Amino acid sequence: MSQRIFVTGIGIISGIGNNVDETLESIKQKKSGVAEIKYLKTNHKGSIPVSEVKLSEEELIEKAGLDKKEPFTRSTLIGIIAADEAVKNAGINDIKEYRTGLISGTTVGGMDKSELYYRDLLETTNHIEYIETHDCGDSTERIADYINVKDFVSTTSTACSSAANSMILGARMIKNGLLDRVVAGGIESLTKYHMNGFNTLMILDKEQCKPFDENRMGLNLGEGAAFLVLESEELVKKTGKKVLAELTGYGNSCEAFHQTASTPEGKGALRAMTEALEKSGLKPEDIDYINAHGTGTDNNDLSEGRAIDTLFGDNPPKVSSTKSYTGHTTSAAGGVEAVISVLAIQNNMIFPNLNFKTQMKELKFKPVTELLEGVKVDHVLSNSFGFGGNNSALIFSRY
Amino acid sequence: MEVYIQGIGNISPQNTVDSNIFLDDVVSHETEFLLSVAPNYKDFINPIQLRRMSKLIKMGICASKICLADSGIENPGAIITGTGLGLVGDTEKFLNMVLDNDEELLAPTAFIQSTHNTISGQVAIALKCFNYNNTYSHRGFSFESALLDGMLLIENKDAENVLVGGFDEITSEHHRIIKKTRWVKNETIKSLELLDHKTQGTVVGEGVGFFSLTGKKDENSYAQLKNIKTIYKPESKEEIKNKLDQFLVENGLSKDDIDLVVLGLNGNVDTDDVYYHLADNYFNTNYAYFKHLSGDYHTVGTFALWLAANAIKHQKVPEVARFRKENFTEKPIKNVLVYNHFREVDHSIFLLTQ
Repeated sequence: MSQRIFVTGIGIISGIGNNVDETLESIKQKKSGVAEIKYLKTNHKGSIPVSEVKLSEEELIEKAGLDKKEPFTRSTLIGIIAADEAVKNAGINDIKEYRTGLISGTTVGGMDKSELYYRDLLETTNHIEYIETHDCGDSTERIADYINVKDFVSTTSTACSSAANSMILGARMIKNGLLDRVVAGGIESLTKYHMNGFNTLMILDKEQCKPFDENRMGLNLGEGAAFLVLESEELVKKTGKKVLAELTGYGNSCEAFHQTASTPEGKGALRAMTEALEKSGLKPEDIDYINAHGTGTDNNDLSEGRAIDTLFGDNPPKVSSTKSYTGHTTSAAGGVEAVISVLAIQNNMIFPNLNFKTQMKELKFKPVTELLEGVKVDHVLSNSFGFGGNNSALIFSRY
Repeated sequence: MEVYIQGIGNISPQNTVDSNIFLDDVVSHETEFLLSVAPNYKDFINPIQLRRMSKLIKMGICASKICLADSGIENPGAIITGTGLGLVGDTEKFLNMVLDNDEELLAPTAFIQSTHNTISGQVAIALKCFNYNNTYSHRGFSFESALLDGMLLIENKDAENVLVGGFDEITSEHHRIIKKTRWVKNETIKSLELLDHKTQGTVVGEGVGFFSLTGKKDENSYAQLKNIKTIYKPESKEEIKNKLDQFLVENGLSKDDIDLVVLGLNGNVDTDDVYYHLADNYFNTNYAYFKHLSGDYHTVGTFALWLAANAIKHQKVPEVARFRKENFTEKPIKNVLVYNHFREVDHSIFLLTQ
């Protein structure tokens, strides 16, 4: 149980880039992916902005070199691209050489095709190949098959903290000696289903979202996929592989308050962050940067902000929400932000929180608004909080 | 692992709510799919809350309460669930509303309730349980992942006890869709005769099973849940047998130590072969089967675990659950192995010990 967990590979696709390099470049240039809807078929086109992956499904299929006749959902396609990049980034040639698992997170699963063909599926025999792409496990199995993972596959589904929980299970399985390495993260494509769901909750900003701003108006939805390759200390020593960062802490706590809301004082967020710190053996003052959940909704930013104030007091680390770039990629968010956290450590950078103007009156801190370069970034705390009160926090550290 | 089953709450197509009876009063279904036998929800949930809950949430809250009462644990160290398809009824309701109303004038309730973690969240709210909370949704590994997660929490002393559940529901609308696949029988049969119909597909069921797991056994423990294993896309029966060999060795057992094997036979001529093969060529012991009682669904592992734990607790296999009855021999039931697979893709093994 003393094994450390190392990040040896990262892969990402989102509204701000189709790979790690493009993602970093967009962040450095303060280029947000949030724009008018182009790919999603919805009546909200033109009125609700989102951060879409800037490729059509045909283009994604071509990019991944897949068979056009196979029923792939959009989630699966972006998942394949990000997982493949992570595996390659980790320098893995023969994935079966060591016991490897894939743990992915998703909540809407294959809903993008189900909603498109639902009437047909009910009334006709058209498109019935999409019956079996609906569930959450379909994407994970197709990604596993693409990257050749066989030893363990599973899918977390805790809404917006899914990817973070994938990494937590992955780390624990490695520590318990069940696997040598795990490709862990999450995926989510935009769907009419959850866009309308969030819209009925009246938490979608009609402009670019403004996390931690006094006048914030809600979140922008986004889509994306991101995976990290986590490896055991033993395996890294054996292979002498380059380590990008260490996953030093993780916490998971339930809000147990309301299906869609957090306590105003952020009890669950505080518990998740505290637990992650305890696990890592770090003190609050050791954290250099918090990549916040920071959705831009009234409720989240208040409760998360207060929890940060409570935990870090008058001397908070730098805080920003990169959802102002990627939108809220829901189940993928924990993975997207874990990749961004690793990039912060690798590049000694802290990334800005776009669109921030006015300090929230309830909070002591205000987010970083400019790119900070050449700064000390040894420990990054990444928060992911989900619907249903599923709060998770991860800590990535320099190795 | 030192993990013990301390309590069970199982709502299924059989009378499984009362832990004192063990398939004494078998329900025979002759319908397109098997619906669960509803308990009297008012005994468990207050009527105001009850009105707001959809069917699966009612079943989930109720089964979790039965389980905790059975185990004598009030607030578990973690709540972990698994589900193949989540809240199907709520999902259909919101999806139909989006399509019918062309994305206008929508009410949020069904959407809010349709995420897969609704039940783990609702159980946590009912118990004010702030501890570790997680949900898995991966076909035939949904409940199995939740179990593994919970067992690791106990093994690593991250929790003294955990509440682990699996849930899936079937609706007529969803059945209409999946009937178009090769996994569901076209004909309506008497459920108890499931294995007599040598046709393609199975009969779909539903259920919610919660299990309270602890690290310490006492006189109320059902059984030790010694280990579980998942096998993804085995390439051959040889691979399955090798993995079984390895699994048994890792747990200090040989196949002759297994007193009962619970098989996930579901009546699908295309995919039952592996079970017959294991019974004919690998094990040499007593067998049980259960999908003629529960129907098949992603988290049917809950029903299998309920059956295995009760076989140990009651030291019997009810007549109706015996497979190859003619060869069944009366003997003490100490070690039970459950073998189940989902569409020959997701295979799982549970090992229980008295």
